[in-house]
Amino acid sequence: MATVDVDLPHVKDDDPHHHGPAKGLGRWLFTTNHKDIGSMYLIFSLCMFMIGGIMALIIRAELFQPGLQLVEPNFFNQMTTMHGLIMVFGAVMPAFVGLANWMIPMQIGAPDMALPRMNNWSFWILPFAFLILLSSLFMPGGAPNFGWTFYAPLSTTYAPESVTFFIFGVHIMGASSIMGAINIIATILNMRAPGMTLMKMPMFTWTWLITAFLLIAVMPVLAGVVTMMLMDIHFGTSFFNAAGGGDPVLFQHVFWFFGHPEVYIMILPAFGIISEIIPTFARKRLFGYSSMVYAVASIALLSFVVWAHHMFTVGMPLVGEVFFMFATMLIAVPTGVKVFNWVATMFRGSMTFETPMLFAIAFVVLFTIGGFSGLMLAIAPADFQYHDTYFVVAHFHYVLVPGAIFSIMAAAYYWLPKWTGHQLNETMGKVHFWLSFVGVNITFFPMHFVGLAGMPRRIPDYALQFADFNSMASVGAFIFGFSQLVFIYNIIQNVRVGEKATAQVWEGAHGLEWTVPSPAPYHTFSTPPKVD
Amino acid sequence: MSGSTYYVPEQSKWPILASIALGLLAYGAAMTLTSMSADRDSIGPWVLGTGFLVIFYVIFGWFKDQIREEAEGLHSDQLDGSYRQGMLWFIFSEVMFFAAFFGALFYVRTFSVPWLGGEGEKGVANMLWEGFTATWPLLQTPDMKQFPGAQNIIDPWHLPLVNTILLISSSVTVTFAHHALKENKRRALEAWLAATILLAVVFLYFQAVEYHEAYTELGLTLQAGIYGATFFMLTGFHGFHVMLGTTMLFVMLLRCFDGAFSPEKHFAFEAVSWYWHFVDVVWVGLFIFVYIL
Repeated sequence: MATVDVDLPHVKDDDPHHHGPAKGLGRWLFTTNHKDIGSMYLIFSLCMFMIGGIMALIIRAELFQPGLQLVEPNFFNQMTTMHGLIMVFGAVMPAFVGLANWMIPMQIGAPDMALPRMNNWSFWILPFAFLILLSSLFMPGGAPNFGWTFYAPLSTTYAPESVTFFIFGVHIMGASSIMGAINIIATILNMRAPGMTLMKMPMFTWTWLITAFLLIAVMPVLAGVVTMMLMDIHFGTSFFNAAGGGDPVLFQHVFWFFGHPEVYIMILPAFGIISEIIPTFARKRLFGYSSMVYAVASIALLSFVVWAHHMFTVGMPLVGEVFFMFATMLIAVPTGVKVFNWVATMFRGSMTFETPMLFAIAFVVLFTIGGFSGLMLAIAPADFQYHDTYFVVAHFHYVLVPGAIFSIMAAAYYWLPKWTGHQLNETMGKVHFWLSFVGVNITFFPMHFVGLAGMPRRIPDYALQFADFNSMASVGAFIFGFSQLVFIYNIIQNVRVGEKATAQVWEGAHGLEWTVPSPAPYHTFSTPPKVD
Repeated sequence: MSGSTYYVPEQSKWPILASIALGLLAYGAAMTLTSMSADRDSIGPWVLGTGFLVIFYVIFGWFKDQIREEAEGLHSDQLDGSYRQGMLWFIFSEVMFFAAFFGALFYVRTFSVPWLGGEGEKGVANMLWEGFTATWPLLQTPDMKQFPGAQNIIDPWHLPLVNTILLISSSVTVTFAHHALKENKRRALEAWLAATILLAVVFLYFQAVEYHEAYTELGLTLQAGIYGATFFMLTGFHGFHVMLGTTMLFVMLLRCFDGAFSPEKHFAFEAVSWYWHFVDVVWVGLFIFVYIL
């Protein structure tokens, strides 16, 4: 990234229009402030992370031993489904939107998001959407039990009654995501401070610009596919019923046309965060800034033409298998560029290993493992062996947990001092990191082995030969799960007490957000800062 | 406020009310449909109705605030740019929504129906319903008991052709209205806008006639297999968007009577006309791929 020299004559502001936060609950209900909304997104995401995490622990507790011990198979299916939906739509996505809300206006020198009231609306839809989704647990027939990918006809002909609530819940959370994305894209394209050209933007902002584009392109497709389900269930259409000329496989095509860009929606902002943190603690500029930008853009574009690699075994024409296999493998090239650049940034840097940096380095290593298992899954003939096994579970948890989730934790540790004005408790951060790092690997690494040996996913019971690795994974899951209490305690302590943080916080930090005081004032910029 | 300092809108109660409304609408709709399909009573319709009341209250109130603030001169040029971006990307998201249904149509026509009929690489699917032959429009569905296919389809060269002419003309008239607004010819603006609305209403009327004919005379229904499903979902969602667009145009006309909009600043009008062109373009796609081909 180009050097950003900033001249900030107007940080203090005496415009009567710009007041501090309003008093009481009204501040949160009616707010138009990007920091308030960002905080609400982040807290919401943390709550969902805990709820989804409890579901994951129920799953792992059941799988600790072969046989059925704790839960009914139908409830087990509800847990896998709800765990997936909550983590994807409730934990990871809102966390990234929360970070975007907090950081993008500060990084580009904007006063706030472009459309502050719509911003509030996008957030407040989420609690209602997830109330609807969670309430389905208490409905007759139970919650959705057809997996987070809700394949038809399991989710249409054979679905519990609550599927209709699930559909409308998805509709409104989709509306929330689209509005959030429109807001972010409008902010980045329209609100940059004078001199903040596109190629001077911080990487986090860049990755979000591209992510927002992906969101606007695919969330409506998700709305489309759940609408087709709704029509099939209640109005007698035959989109996914071959008896009327439709096709259940059509569901998978439309779903994964949304679903594959969706998984990049959950990782591109993570790339941005890591590209901010590594230069700071390596005390070097990011290696290959422009190649990073082009790599993210290529990954995003490729994500539109690889969706069917999720359905190699469904019975596609050979030419489809081959096309989607090679298109998928192509993604390894820009991803490799990114990993190379991160490593090259660290090469010969004056590195220190504060908590955010530890999470960032773990991200680079473990995400790359997830990327490699993805490459294995992309090989169509080999995928016939791996499909729907625990190998797939291992793969996507490696990219999502030590990938997306670790990046969110890294971001929280990195930017918390800017938000709260307090220096972090490093010891507790490091305890949290090492417990999480060990826990994650004990949980998910053995899943590669049981998967390759043929253990199917989404099944509450399994053959005896998988017992050892499964009990190991369950122990790891509980270590990882409970170590998050350290994280929460650390955050609460940081909000309440702590050594006063400087404006720059980290010695090697560069960029507009580090030029304003910590904690950042309620209204960061009232006039545009000048960026040279 | 000038462009040199930033403008941030003050707090507002509308977003949280709108969220409550969406929550009520979603929950109410789900309750209503679930109980309808299970053939039992529920309070769903009441929840849904409350949701509609709240959302209408929000729409009126939010726009009223917006218009007031604009009149007070609070809106900066930068905010105008944000609105443009917002509307543009919103329309893009709508395009992608229609793309999902067009994609479904192309997929069944190119792949699943021919495969069911025994053609192509996955023609083995024909063993499910031996003797089924693939045609498009698909009037003979594989299982005629469950999904009785239509006797016939809508002739594209009657009402749909008229509707095409109507909608394309309305795109032209709305552009004339825009030019009149920019030249500050208020009477011409109102006349062209009214003409656009008239064309839209006639379009909607013909669409209703066509649906009525499809259901009563042609046996073309939502349950008539994949042809009916794609036909009604695509034209139905389009018709819903035309209804929405017509309502917005009508509001613009009322605001014109009220003396709103200046030759320089009239983004609300422009946004509606963008939306109207979008609806028009979707129709051209429908006319070609749903009705003719």
